[in-house]
Amino acid sequence: MKDLSKSLKKIDVSTVILIFSILILVVIVAVPVLLIFLTAFFENGKFNIAGVVKVLSDPNTYNALLNSFIIAAGTTLLSTAVGTFFAWLVARTDLPFKNTMKALFLVPFMLPSFIGALAWKVLLSPRSGYLNKLIISIFNLEKAPIDIMSMGGIIVIESMYLLPFVFLQVEGALERMDPTLEESARISGASLFTITRKITLPLVMPSILAGALLVALYSLSHFGVPSILGTEKGIFTIPTKIYERIYASGGSFSAIRVGTILATILVISAALILKLQDVLLKKGQYQVIAGKSMRPVVLKLRGLKYPLLIISFIYIFITIILPTVTIFLVGGLKTYGLPFQLKYMTFDNYLKIFQWKMTKDAIWNSLYLSLSAALVTMLAGTMISYAIVKMNFKGKFILQFLGVLPYSLPGTVIALGVILTWSGRFGINLYNTAAIIFVAYIARYMAFAIKSSSASLSQVSDSLEEAARACGATHWQTLKDIVLPLIRPGMISAFFLIFLPALRELTTSVLLYGPTTRTIGVAIYTLNEDGETVKAAALAGIALIIIFVGETLIRKFLAKLEQRAVRVKEIENVAA
Amino acid sequence: MSQLELREVTKRFGEVIAVNRLSLQVEKGECFTFLGPSGCGKTTTLRMIAGFEDLDEGELLVEDSLYSSSYRKFYVPPEKREFGMVFQAFAVWPHLTVKENVAFPLRIKRRPSNEIENRVKMALTSTNLMKFKDSYPGRLSGGEQQRIALARAIAINPKVMLLDEPLSNLDAKLREEMRFEIKALQNRFGFTVIYVTHDQAEAMALSDRMLVMNYGVVQQVGKPLDIYNKPANRFVFSFIGLSNFIPVMIKEGDAFIEGTSQIASHNAPRELGPRAIMACRPSDITFVPISEIDDEKGSLGVQALVIRRTYLGDIVDLKVKVGSVDLRIQKNARSPCPREGESCRIRFNKVIWYPEEYPKESKNMTENQPKTSSSAS
Repeated sequence: MKDLSKSLKKIDVSTVILIFSILILVVIVAVPVLLIFLTAFFENGKFNIAGVVKVLSDPNTYNALLNSFIIAAGTTLLSTAVGTFFAWLVARTDLPFKNTMKALFLVPFMLPSFIGALAWKVLLSPRSGYLNKLIISIFNLEKAPIDIMSMGGIIVIESMYLLPFVFLQVEGALERMDPTLEESARISGASLFTITRKITLPLVMPSILAGALLVALYSLSHFGVPSILGTEKGIFTIPTKIYERIYASGGSFSAIRVGTILATILVISAALILKLQDVLLKKGQYQVIAGKSMRPVVLKLRGLKYPLLIISFIYIFITIILPTVTIFLVGGLKTYGLPFQLKYMTFDNYLKIFQWKMTKDAIWNSLYLSLSAALVTMLAGTMISYAIVKMNFKGKFILQFLGVLPYSLPGTVIALGVILTWSGRFGINLYNTAAIIFVAYIARYMAFAIKSSSASLSQVSDSLEEAARACGATHWQTLKDIVLPLIRPGMISAFFLIFLPALRELTTSVLLYGPTTRTIGVAIYTLNEDGETVKAAALAGIALIIIFVGETLIRKFLAKLEQRAVRVKEIENVAA
Repeated sequence: MSQLELREVTKRFGEVIAVNRLSLQVEKGECFTFLGPSGCGKTTTLRMIAGFEDLDEGELLVEDSLYSSSYRKFYVPPEKREFGMVFQAFAVWPHLTVKENVAFPLRIKRRPSNEIENRVKMALTSTNLMKFKDSYPGRLSGGEQQRIALARAIAINPKVMLLDEPLSNLDAKLREEMRFEIKALQNRFGFTVIYVTHDQAEAMALSDRMLVMNYGVVQQVGKPLDIYNKPANRFVFSFIGLSNFIPVMIKEGDAFIEGTSQIASHNAPRELGPRAIMACRPSDITFVPISEIDDEKGSLGVQALVIRRTYLGDIVDLKVKVGSVDLRIQKNARSPCPREGESCRIRFNKVIWYPEEYPKESKNMTENQPKTSSSAS
């Protein structure tokens, strides 16, 4: 008895945190990944590399692999080049309306890429694309001039929607850069062109590469664009191939096995990309952030000012306005294929979205799944990052490893792992329920939560906790009264960082949905697959409105929060 | 022909006048310092000389040729001015080695490679950086990074060297060392130095002449010692060194501190009226030995009470109460001085007189000319 009470007393807050952290990461992340590897390499309990080789040498899978890498490479190159150019234009030249332009270049973040792809298919598909038809009639052509449903098309469209990753990184780096680094080159006699080439670009190169690798990582595992623009033409990538295999066979085990082999390749590539990013960032981590801020060197564009402004506006028109308007117009058509004239337009489609069970379900599913997943993931992520950042224990590296693992897991891989784990193998069968999507979302967005909470936790100096303990507070009281209030802004922004992308998620849920558990993304996707382009566009239009309103409100809210966080940071700095 | 001449230079940022009608001539080989609190316009002036800021009014001439002119909208761009410049935050390029950093301006100017080699070697040797020539700046200390910036600036052998608070990011000991290094480099290469700082000790140690600025207006120009001894106004007095500003009443040339009956000074200027400010450095107040006290003659010191006595190493810092005012006194730690709580008599050896109303902004340096006097007579 005595021994038991003693050992019970020993279970303090830190032990509880540790046990739960490990448990969550093992169940949500480690087991699914392990099962993917096991399924890929073991057949009937025996290690079987021949099966792997056979699957990979099948021209179908081989081509999908090749396509994935070509698309990822093309998208990375294109979005990095264009994104860096626009970032430089906004941050370092006297382009007019800079702040507006800066906000506009980030808008594609809000536009789900598969909705963009849908719009572009409507505009530029070879036979029935509205824009193609227009160009044919104007120039009297025999054949459509642009075929968006091609490798090139997929690369261009993906680049459009991934460009903000590069833009954000590079623009931020250019703005934070110490302007005297450039001024000292100028006083050394270098012209602005030379400074840009020899000083500015090399200094922001780490940020450019970081953005580029983010794009590569994202593009490699991206489902929406290649499936909408490629599948019909027989262009498959790894994620679309996995989807096609599983659906063609009705979820048979051999299809899942092929999926796991392809997924393994995705995981390995993602891990390599992340490793590369790590190495590059470490190597190129310069302290170029200014102490005393002066206005940076601004290149006077002179004669090029207005031409470049017009090019920027054309770019924004093409990437944002044109596809958005197209979606809303198509959503209002009586029948797909009719010209955009008032007599063929109707509001009925939009109203029907809220009456029809399938779409109504989808909106509801997406809302509650993303809200609940965001809440749970944020809380779990905060706990896990506390264990990683603030606690010392034996075998911490295991937790650290499990904590970074979700970063390298593409959505498709998570979906497969979740299927393998929760289809009755361990006595729990969640297949075809909303719960399986919920579990998958937690795994998918755990990386966001850990990253965000770790950042705010590492800013809370240890001495603040120690001071509370010295005042007589228990560990639990310290957490509740000191740590949690200090990191609350970080937790709230983590919540939204999960909620917003989960709301429009497609890649994971498309592999997991059942008859009544479609998400908005899945509903738009399946409607489009079934040839219901008008309904798909109408739902997409409503999704865009939800996303836009949500994002705007949250942005305002977060801006307020940030002001408060800055104040906390100031106190921290004084304390340090 | 002066090396550098500013004529009626004015710079505004929106409503704020950062620099107001500044005129100045700097001679060849001179070390000239702009001294003032932050936001006084000293860095803005330097950046106008460098060519990073345009002038709203006025002209800048270098060796009699026009470099900037607001009237003609003419500006030689910074890269064509051939100045050397060192920034507060070092501004050494982290992606280039020490050697590449120093060679950069020479490569830009397309000098022949053997000349580059020689000049880089010379610059690195004179800044003691030869052993680091192939390292990246990120691995070096703040003092070493600032030496790279210096080496880079002297490599092109500039006629004018602009230094923008180059030592403020360094710790106190290093700061003192680097001061002498900069001075030694100037003596060796003979360039003209324009030096911006808010540290009066740095300005005193380095400058041949200096300019004290506040709110964009020049307060005083002169040699360091002259400015220290004859500050043009209360601002300059208080900015350079420690100060006591004592309100006094003046009766027929005798100054009294409120609440005391002893005469603080016999030589108060009559034109200041019945009330004035007597300014005095803490080191210019002495204790009168008890043996000399003789109230009948009325000239041997003012009654004071020691409130606090603190030893700061080789000096002792005292706070005394005289009538209704508190004064600060500093003495050599070895000289005899009263204890805390003791009464004593003090004498003001060297005072400067200012009118009672302290003008918030001195519009012109010719106003408020000091009246120096010595009461030790």
